[in-house]
Amino acid sequence: MQFDQILQYVLSGLSTGAIYALIGIGFSIIYNATGIINFAQGEFVMLGGLLTLSFLDLFKLPLWAAIPCAVAVSTVAGLVFERLAIRPLRQPTPINLVIITIGGSILIRGLAMLVWGKDTHSIPSFSGDIPIIIGGATILPQHLWILAITLVIIIVNKFYFYYTISGKAMRACSYNRRAASLVGIDVRRMVLFSFIISSAMGAVAGIIVAPLTMTAYDVGVMLGLKGFCAAIIGGMSSGISTVIGGLILGVLESLGAGLISSGYKDAIAFIILLLILFIRPQGLFGKADSERV
Amino acid sequence: MNIRCVSVLVMFVTVLFSSAVFAAAPIKIGALFAVTGPAAFLGEPERNSAKMVVDEINKAGGVQGRKLELISYDTTGDATKAVQLATKLIKDDKVVAIIGPSTTGETMAVIPVAEKEQVPLISCSAGSKISDPVKKWIFKTAQNDSLAVGRIYEYLQKNKQTNVSILTVSDGFGSSGREQLKAQAAKYGITIVSDDTYGPKDTDMTAQLTKIRGSHAQAIICWGTNPGPAVIAKNAKQLGIKIPLFMSHGVSSKKFIELAGDAAEGIKLPSGKVVVADLLPNSDQQKKALMAFVKDYQNHFKAEGDHFGGHAWDAVMLIKTAIEKGADTPVAIRDQLEKVKGFAGIGGSFTYSAQDHAGLGKDAFVLVEVKNKDWVIVK
Repeated sequence: MQFDQILQYVLSGLSTGAIYALIGIGFSIIYNATGIINFAQGEFVMLGGLLTLSFLDLFKLPLWAAIPCAVAVSTVAGLVFERLAIRPLRQPTPINLVIITIGGSILIRGLAMLVWGKDTHSIPSFSGDIPIIIGGATILPQHLWILAITLVIIIVNKFYFYYTISGKAMRACSYNRRAASLVGIDVRRMVLFSFIISSAMGAVAGIIVAPLTMTAYDVGVMLGLKGFCAAIIGGMSSGISTVIGGLILGVLESLGAGLISSGYKDAIAFIILLLILFIRPQGLFGKADSERV
Repeated sequence: MNIRCVSVLVMFVTVLFSSAVFAAAPIKIGALFAVTGPAAFLGEPERNSAKMVVDEINKAGGVQGRKLELISYDTTGDATKAVQLATKLIKDDKVVAIIGPSTTGETMAVIPVAEKEQVPLISCSAGSKISDPVKKWIFKTAQNDSLAVGRIYEYLQKNKQTNVSILTVSDGFGSSGREQLKAQAAKYGITIVSDDTYGPKDTDMTAQLTKIRGSHAQAIICWGTNPGPAVIAKNAKQLGIKIPLFMSHGVSSKKFIELAGDAAEGIKLPSGKVVVADLLPNSDQQKKALMAFVKDYQNHFKAEGDHFGGHAWDAVMLIKTAIEKGADTPVAIRDQLEKVKGFAGIGGSFTYSAQDHAGLGKDAFVLVEVKNKDWVIVK
């Protein structure tokens, strides 16, 4: 096995892994604020890509303007989803909430199918398609965009959770909701915030990946599941461990497809998921009582 | 006196008209298409085309003075549903023939029903097992995968590129293609040096392609439907793979070129003639039908007619030909279908016989190449 092949597998894996990481962080932010797994997370990834397409084609916006618009609309969708589906619930038991998010994801996907049709669409790369050669392996400028944007989002995220009042409040909710509300934190508002942040992040993930993978009304399902895997590996942390979880998943998938057999690519992700859940349910890096944010 | 005359006239006219109406009870044709669900890219154009051509036949006065009535149901790509709906078409709607279903799985499930109830069925799906072995009541209009594989291998053999890598999607279409690619390799002196698959929802195939790049393959054959092949085309360009890339007829629509963009340039694939209708020489006997179909579809649906819709177009036209010869019962239509010779349709030139219910030869496919975002015919 030549070195350049291995390098190629790792590089491809890292860029897919970065996407999984972004989606995974979206899962954990909501989980930490509300205690539920938002299975509609993948749909915001889909919305991001398809809305960008609409802003490009229908409103004839340039790419740099279409992207913020698409993120904004997806964020509003996340906000509306929380307001209409999550908040009115009388008895918010985890199982009710999970089922509601599944229902919500089916609804969003169905609406997207009616709006954008069943076809796959592509959006243009941010800065061309000329491959960059790194030691025998090649990557595209879009891969650099993915890695860079993921990095920026993680840094902003860290800053928000540790250095702003609302970020700290959200962390407080994740430690102990009752105590947080006793000291005057509006827990419901924090839940709303968590949906806003994670739908925006999902949308960004969907947009930066769409030039490479293309997008359609049903891309959210698989990407959502992979992001969920990344979050589980990272022990549902909204920090660096989910990022590492996503990167590990991406690289293992890519190495597995290249070295063992491509038929097992998805199986690898789900075997890891099951192993982690059986052996280390607190995540690969977590102590049993680790902080979650 | 005058009034009497008029009333007699009116009576005559009424009798004439009502008898005409009576004689022209429409001939019912059933249709099963996967209009929604995962196979909607097949079912939707098929239903559109079938409706379009039936409407047109009726506008032109029907067949033998009788209108056609198309009763179309959506199977959602579900074999169980297809069987129920087939029974409904036969028992309740009393159709004389059935067009569809869209996928091979559904067709295989419906075959026993059609055989038992003795109603001719013209399937729009490609699987070769539908007509091999021949079943008395079952015909098909979609080209067999084996013909597409043959076209590619013939070209490779001619160009002495005999070591190939295959990369197929892990669904029904891909595995059927993979089977054919492996089965026919020896016949054309082709060696398959690597055999990889990818999932229908996969978004990055650089791993598989890197592996192929490391092998000594002289060509890559990829078998799948959109969007996978477009991702593969982009990945191959990213990796700087120089060996020729072949696709299947599963992506022979403009959509593929749109999705893959610049990466589509130079890719070759076997395709039904419909995408290159205007490039065909006038001597081609299918040209007239193809041009009519493409123009009609564009007028009705503001979209490019593809070969999937063509399968349904062919099926309706074949039934029409049978009815023109005086057949209006299931038995008679079946017998007439088996006598069809040299019917130039969209999918190819059909000649059915008691031994062949697929009816097409290798000339149903042309090898096309993407050049300047359009198709050209490879000589």
